[in-house]
Amino acid sequence: MPYRRAFRLAAMAFALGLGAPAAVTFAQGEQSTAPYAYRQLDDPAKEREASDLMATLRCLQCQGQSIADSDAPIAGSMRSLVRERIARGEKPEQIRAWLIERYGDYVSYKPQLTELTWPLYAVPLVFLLIAFLLLRRRFVLRARGAMDGATDGEEGDSRREEGDRA
Amino acid sequence: MIAELGLAALWLAAALATLQLLGGALAQTERGGALAGVVRPVAVVQGLLVLVAFACLIYVFAVTDLSVKLVALNSHSMKPLIFKIAGAWGNHEGSMLLWVTVMGLAGGFVALIERRLPERTMLATLAGQAFVSLGFYAFLLIASNPFERLSPAPAEGQGLNPLLQDLGLAFHPPTLYLGYVGLSIAFSFAIGALVTREVGPAFARAMRPWVLGAWIFLTLGITAGSYWAYYELGWGGWWFWDPVENASLMPWLAATALLHSVSVLASRDALRIWTVMLGVVAFSMSMVGTFLVRSGILTSVHAFAVDPERGSFILALLAINIGSALVLFALRAGTVSEGERFAPISREGALVINNVLLCAILGIVLFGTLYPLLAEAMGAQVSVGPPYFNPMSALFALPMLLVLAVGPMLRWRRDTFARVGKALVIPAMLVVAMGIGLVVFAKVALLPFLGLAMGVGLAWASVLPLRGRNLRRLPLAVWGMVFAHFGIAVALIGMSSESAFSVEKLVAVEVGDTTQVGPWKVRLAGIEPIAGPNWTALEADLAVIYGTDGAPTQLTPQSRTFWAPPQNTAESALLTRWNGQLYAVLGGEADDGRWQLRLWWKPFVPLIWIGGVLIALGGLLALLGRVANDVRRGVASDRIADRREGQRELEESRS
Repeated sequence: MPYRRAFRLAAMAFALGLGAPAAVTFAQGEQSTAPYAYRQLDDPAKEREASDLMATLRCLQCQGQSIADSDAPIAGSMRSLVRERIARGEKPEQIRAWLIERYGDYVSYKPQLTELTWPLYAVPLVFLLIAFLLLRRRFVLRARGAMDGATDGEEGDSRREEGDRA
Repeated sequence: MIAELGLAALWLAAALATLQLLGGALAQTERGGALAGVVRPVAVVQGLLVLVAFACLIYVFAVTDLSVKLVALNSHSMKPLIFKIAGAWGNHEGSMLLWVTVMGLAGGFVALIERRLPERTMLATLAGQAFVSLGFYAFLLIASNPFERLSPAPAEGQGLNPLLQDLGLAFHPPTLYLGYVGLSIAFSFAIGALVTREVGPAFARAMRPWVLGAWIFLTLGITAGSYWAYYELGWGGWWFWDPVENASLMPWLAATALLHSVSVLASRDALRIWTVMLGVVAFSMSMVGTFLVRSGILTSVHAFAVDPERGSFILALLAINIGSALVLFALRAGTVSEGERFAPISREGALVINNVLLCAILGIVLFGTLYPLLAEAMGAQVSVGPPYFNPMSALFALPMLLVLAVGPMLRWRRDTFARVGKALVIPAMLVVAMGIGLVVFAKVALLPFLGLAMGVGLAWASVLPLRGRNLRRLPLAVWGMVFAHFGIAVALIGMSSESAFSVEKLVAVEVGDTTQVGPWKVRLAGIEPIAGPNWTALEADLAVIYGTDGAPTQLTPQSRTFWAPPQNTAESALLTRWNGQLYAVLGGEADDGRWQLRLWWKPFVPLIWIGGVLIALGGLLALLGRVANDVRRGVASDRIADRREGQRELEESRS
C-alpha cells in the first residue's frame, strides 16, 4: 500500500507521529441481531435519510457515540427501528419525536426547543447582539475619534516609529 | 529509589516556584528588590528539576517498576517499549506531571532568553508563571502523586487500554499540552504587563512567538487528534463535537483570536486591552479544557460527585487563576489606554471583526459543551451534538470567512473597499460558478454547499496578498499568513466534500464475493488469522479496484482481540488516492458464514488534515519570520548580541 504508507509517513513527520491503525469494539456474539442493524435500505434516498437521522441520535448505552457509530446491541436495535420506520414512509422528525417521547431528550443530539433548552438557542442570538453592539460602538467611536484625531496623526506616527526602533 | 528521587525533585521544584513567586512579587514593591536577582536563575533550575521528575517517571514506566502504583495500574510487562514510555503520560497523574514539566521548562526558557521587556515586567511575568505552576504542583503533590508506592508490588500490571496503544495517541497529548502550556506563558506575560502597566508593542513582540508556538502545537494536536479518531474509531467520522474534542478546540479558537490581535498590537499599538483580555481567556480555556477532561465531570455530574477530590481541586485552581487574573484586569484596564485609532474599513477593523466572531464561536462551543452539565445539575438530561454545533458555529464562521477573504488586502488604519474590490472579482465569480455547478450536478445540503462554494473562492482570495509583490523579498510572516489562510480554505473544502459526497456501504459477503461502493469494486479474497505481540486478529484480504483500473490493490482491515486487558477492536484499513479515501472495516462473522464489511468512499477527505497541516505550517513560517526578524533587528536578546560580540572578538584574535 504505497499510497497509504507515504501518507502516513508524511503525517508522522508533520504531526509528531501517527502510527498503525487500531480500534472499536465490534465484538462478535454481542452484536445486535435486529434485521436492519447492519443492513442498509435498498432505496438509496431512504437510506440517506435514515443514516442522516441515525447520526443525530445518541446511543443510550455507550459514552458519547451516535447510534450510527456504535456497535452496542441497543444501538443496533435502534438503527433497525429507524430504518424500518423510514422504509414505512415515516418522516425523520416524526421518528425523532417518538424516540424522545420514549427515551427523553437525552436520545437526540439535536436539542429540541423546550422550556429546558431555550437558552441554547437564545445564546447565539445574544452573542450576535453583543458582537453587533461591540463592533458598532467601537467603530462609531472610532469614526468620530478619527475625525477628532486627524490633526494629531503625525504625532502618532512619530511615536510609533520610536516604538519600532526601541 | 528512582521514584523517590522523582518525588524529591518535584517537591524541590515546588519550593523553588514559591521562591520565584515571592521574588518576583516583592520586586514590584518600592524597596523589595533584594530577591529580584534570583528570580531568573530560580526559574531555570525549577524547570530542570521538574524535568528530572518527569524523566524519573518515564524510567519507572520503561522498566515496568510494578511497586509504583501508577505503573501497576497502567502498564504491563508485555507491552512494546514505546507504549510503556508513552504510558507514562497516558494517565491522569502522568499527564499532569507532563503539564507542569512543559510549564516549568517554558518558564525557564523565558527567564533565560527574554531580555526585551523592562526587568520589572519580566519579574512580574515570572511571578505569574510561578503562581500558576504552584497550583499545579500542589495538585500533583497533594491529590495525584504519580510516584506513590504499592506494597506488596503486584506480579503483573493491569495493562493499558488497547485503544491507547497507538503511536498517534502516544504523541497526541504531549502536542496538545505544549499548546495549552505555551498559552500559560502568554497568560503570564499579560499579567506581567498589567501589573507594571507596560501594555505596548514591546510586550506584544515578546508574547507573539509564544502565542504562535502554542497555536502551532494546538493546530497540529487537533489535526492529529481528528485523524486519529477518524481511522482509529472505525466509524468514518472525523469530528463529533464531543466535549473532549471541544476542550481542545476552545483554546485554539481563543489562541487564534489572540494571535491576530497581538499582531495588531505589535505593529500598530492598537487593541491593547483586548489583547491582554484574550491572553487571559486563552489560557483560561486551556484550564477549562483540562478540567473537563481530567475531572471526570463529562461522564456525568454524578461521577464527579462520587470522587470529587481531583475535580474540585482543578475547579478551585481554575477559579483562583482566572478569578485573580480578572480582578487584576478590572483594576488595571482603566489605566491602560486603548492605543492607536483606526477606521472601520482597515486591516485593524477586519481583525477586530475576526476577533469578535471567533470569540462568539468560542462562546457557543463553551456554552454548548457545558449546557448538558447545567441541565443535569437541574435534574434533566439533554444531549448537544453536531446538529446544534454545526449550524450555530457556521452562523459566525461564514461571515468570518468573508472577512478573511478581504481583510489581508486592506491597508492599516484606513482603506476603502473600492481599492481592493477589483481583485476580489475572480474569487467571487468562483464562488458563484461553484454554487451553480453544485445546484445543477449534485444535491447537497445547505452547509456543505456554502462550504464548498466559499472554500474555492477563499482558496483563491487567500493567495491574493502575494499579487504584485516581489516574492523573493516577501517577509516570511506574510508567507505564513497566506499558507494558513489557504489551509483554512483547503480544510473547509475537505470537510464540506466529506459531508456532501461520502458513500457508505454495509454488507455481509462470503469469501470470494464482490461488492461495490462508490467507484470502487471490493472483493473479499480471504480471511486469515494472525498474531501480534499482545493480540490475535482475523485479517480480511480485500482486493479493491478503482473504476476501470486493471490491477487490484490489497487492503487488510483486522478484527483484533487484545488479552491484557481483554478487549476487541476493529482496525480500519485506508486507501488514499488523490481524490479521496476508501475506508474499510471488518465486522463480525454472521451465522451463515458471511462476513460483515463496512466500506466508505470519502471524496477529498484528506484535504481536512492536509489543510490542518498547512495552517500549522503557516504558523511555523510566521514564527520563523518573526524570530529571524527579531534577531536581525538585534533586539532578540542581549545574549545573542553578546555571543556575536564574543564571536567577533574571537575571529579578530584569530586573524
